[in-house]
Amino acid sequence: MTYIQLAYGDLVLPALLVVMDGALSLALRLKLEKQLAIATVRMVLQLVLVGYVLTFLFAAVSLLWTAFAAVIMVLFASREIVARQKRRLPGIWSYGLGAGCTLLAAGTVTIFSLLTELRPDPWYHPRYALPLLGMILGNTMTGISLGLDVLTNGLVRERAAVEACLALGGTRHQALLPVVRDAMRSGLMPTINAMAAIGLVSLPGMMTGQILAGVEPIDAVKYQLLIMFLIAGGTGLGTLAAVMGGARLLTDHRHRLRLDRILTEKST
Amino acid sequence: MLTVSGLKRLHISVSFDLQDGECVALQGPSGVGKTLLLRSIADLDPNEGVVKLDGTLREAMPAPAWRKRVTYLATEPGWWSDIVQDHFSSWDDALPLVTRLGLPCSCGPWPVQRLSTGERQRLGLVRALMLRSRVLLLDEPTSALDSASTAAVESLIAERMSDGTSVVWSTHDNAQASRVGSRVLMMSADGSIEENRP
Repeated sequence: MTYIQLAYGDLVLPALLVVMDGALSLALRLKLEKQLAIATVRMVLQLVLVGYVLTFLFAAVSLLWTAFAAVIMVLFASREIVARQKRRLPGIWSYGLGAGCTLLAAGTVTIFSLLTELRPDPWYHPRYALPLLGMILGNTMTGISLGLDVLTNGLVRERAAVEACLALGGTRHQALLPVVRDAMRSGLMPTINAMAAIGLVSLPGMMTGQILAGVEPIDAVKYQLLIMFLIAGGTGLGTLAAVMGGARLLTDHRHRLRLDRILTEKST
Repeated sequence: MLTVSGLKRLHISVSFDLQDGECVALQGPSGVGKTLLLRSIADLDPNEGVVKLDGTLREAMPAPAWRKRVTYLATEPGWWSDIVQDHFSSWDDALPLVTRLGLPCSCGPWPVQRLSTGERQRLGLVRALMLRSRVLLLDEPTSALDSASTAAVESLIAERMSDGTSVVWSTHDNAQASRVGSRVLMMSADGSIEENRP
């Protein structure tokens, strides 16, 4: 395997392209230059930092440190899920549900793949565990946040229908089923679309990366297929858990619809 | 017999009894809490107080079972499917009531969207009547109806009452209140009710 190594100096010329964007923003008064500058600086700092963190983790190969890094990643994912909700669940549940479901789904699927197919030595080797978790986490997070968003919005919009079913003696499960179905569908749609378009419209980043690093394309494809299967499984599990959990939180033991438990709307 | 004692929900605080086959009219200005009261009796909102049917506490049975006996009907009933007949466990059984309330018997496969507000209100009533509940909590059930349909609804409910169904009927129409109700419960802004016998 051979690949062309980059020095920091090699990035100066490409970085000028961002400066060009900034110049465009100034010239056309798009008022994006500040945002652009902040985003660029953040990107550089975050990525360089992650590079060093991973270097450290790969040298340490410690279960504790790897698990710690995984927990941090899950926390950032759940923060992102909450930020994407137009209507929020109350208190600890807003973060708890997102964090719990991402951890459950992405964690299960990652460990499943490490223990059954990849089998690195040791099984928690961060070189395998963290990139896998990261990719599954990103997609699971999208599924969960979409699912929860459609669930809460759907319940508010379909309140009359849900309550009509409840008033006629339907259980909360029966009454929420149409909205729960919609939410599950929305959560799974991006993954299904990605699977359908992959290779034709987009070359996935991980596969491209492996090819650039000198891996035979067909080997890179196998890895990508593994990842896509894991993502499909993780998104399905995570969305199911989050939507069912959300549906439970927004009803109570007397089979009432509890929209009062949704916090006031946040403008997105 | 339905017994409501010390029912509390927000500003509402109400007690009353309802005999089998009796109808009480619930009146009071808009926004006074008539809907809140009816919803609370059906246990659709969190509330405090003792509500019993024939001496059995509602908490003694699962909420869905309670609501099949004590059924709340909203002014504008909700629809969980696009097709009319999907809302009925047996559309054929519902047809006699559908035609009796002046609705076209061919409306089963129609999309709900095609129905007018008044047609939806009558279909919502038919849907609720199919349960053969012990108590009906009707929230302005004829607010969108013309006088002929209103009369049809009133006679249909009167028939159910003679079979022993009890009714709480919320209405803004004083004439209707004294027509259908053996008593009138007048609700005031402080959340209490006062009983008037016509």
